[in-house]
Amino acid sequence: MIALPFVYTVAGLVFAASALLAAFDQAKPQHWVNAAFWALLSLSMLAGDRLGDLGNGVLVIVLVGVVALGKLGSPSASAPEAERQARADQHGNRLFALALVIPATALIGTLLFRAVPWLVDPKQVTLVSLALGALLAFGIGLAVLRERPLAGLQEGRRLLDALGWAAILPQMLASLGLVFALTGIGKVVGALASQIIPEGSRFAAVLVYGLGMAFFTMIMGNAFAAFPVMAAAIGFPLLIQHYHGDPAVIAAVGMLAGFCGTLMTPMAANFNIVPAALLELKDRNAVVKMQVPTALPLLAFNIALIYWAAFR
Amino acid sequence: MNLWVLSGIALMVAGFALKVNPLLVVLLAAASSGLAAGLDPLALIAAFGKAFNDTRYVTAIWLVLPVMGLLERHGLQQRARALIAGMKGATLPRLLIGYLLLRQIISALGLTTIAGQAQTVRPLLAPMALAAADPQDDAEADRVKAMAAATDNVGLFFGEDIFIAIGSILLMKGFLEQQGIVLTPFELSVWAIPTAFAAFVIHALRLWRFGMGRR
Repeated sequence: MIALPFVYTVAGLVFAASALLAAFDQAKPQHWVNAAFWALLSLSMLAGDRLGDLGNGVLVIVLVGVVALGKLGSPSASAPEAERQARADQHGNRLFALALVIPATALIGTLLFRAVPWLVDPKQVTLVSLALGALLAFGIGLAVLRERPLAGLQEGRRLLDALGWAAILPQMLASLGLVFALTGIGKVVGALASQIIPEGSRFAAVLVYGLGMAFFTMIMGNAFAAFPVMAAAIGFPLLIQHYHGDPAVIAAVGMLAGFCGTLMTPMAANFNIVPAALLELKDRNAVVKMQVPTALPLLAFNIALIYWAAFR
Repeated sequence: MNLWVLSGIALMVAGFALKVNPLLVVLLAAASSGLAAGLDPLALIAAFGKAFNDTRYVTAIWLVLPVMGLLERHGLQQRARALIAGMKGATLPRLLIGYLLLRQIISALGLTTIAGQAQTVRPLLAPMALAAADPQDDAEADRVKAMAAATDNVGLFFGEDIFIAIGSILLMKGFLEQQGIVLTPFELSVWAIPTAFAAFVIHALRLWRFGMGRR
């Protein structure tokens, strides 16, 4: 059955190619640091399941050590602007067709693979389709653009080096969330939040629940981690049991209040920090700053919606 | 109540404020909260290692980068720019509001990964937005690109919860079931619709003003 290991193998090979290309790139003084970084990440993707928990833990420490002690080198340059412009004119709208191969494969795969659960793990259809789409697009792209495979991998390395350590920040934060869950941090935050609600005030309870969802999401970087905490501390005992609110509204809109928090935190790195790296923005927090004026009125809307719709 | 477990959160905030490398801050925060909670150091390293291994799918998304790089080398961004520059009525607000609506609709159909920061924003939306905005300097260009990225996030977050089989809906259903409340995914997802409308109105209004403010 095709499942996550297939996806991890493809990703592992992409990282391995970047590591090898960096290792042989004598022109860059930092090339060994980049080579080590991508090689370790490749090892995690290809062999993570065989390393054991402690082995993986040591791998993470070494990975972070490489970033903290050595300095990751800057990315190599792509083809000059004039050359890319000339190729753009030559290829025309074929480039868009190629760019759509990944989304189209992801779309068709997601719909189609659900019908063949014995072939593709039904829980992983989207990621498997994405990986298949990337392989397909790479093959078709090389053929249509008459490019050498090595040049394609070199371009992949360029973009990975442009991301640098930001490439693994989302995974590190997701891991931190899981470790935080082990330490019982959620219970402490939930207890503190429920202590500040004045007795008998339904509005205050809704307000603390909504703000708490957003705030705890900002800390954890992820509304999924905040929801069980706030729902267990305030949503269920107070809003549902005590004030008899509609559980569907309290859960669903509470989660969306959390999503407003996701827009306002660097902890949600894959949405907020990684794009800043991908788009080569000078300010690492530029995307967060752009999102706050949308997130705040929307948070107010969600809190009002809970207050009006849950207690009809 | 053991308040020391909160030390990890304090470290995260301080680390981000002082611009220490975030990867290092994450490890220190895990160590601080974990030790405060009484976890054995080796068990803590193993717990982080297990969590890292279980969340590799987050990083696996970068397997699309060689394709994006290949297309960029052959002028995809230039082509995207030329397409928008050649359209008469393609203003920045129209482009981004149209993308916002599209992203919300396809996310509501459960197709969250067919667009995204690596898949569509960097190769297509950002260059198109730049072509439509024609910024005067780098700071202005950065603001336009950041707004393109923000628009993708808003469209994704406030579209996906309308789909009944998305992770957050299943998480809520599971939590409520444990408390003895049985709801269908549809009863939950229908409550994402008012917020989806509000998100569209608020963000579209901002995009419109963003375009006006630049005149």
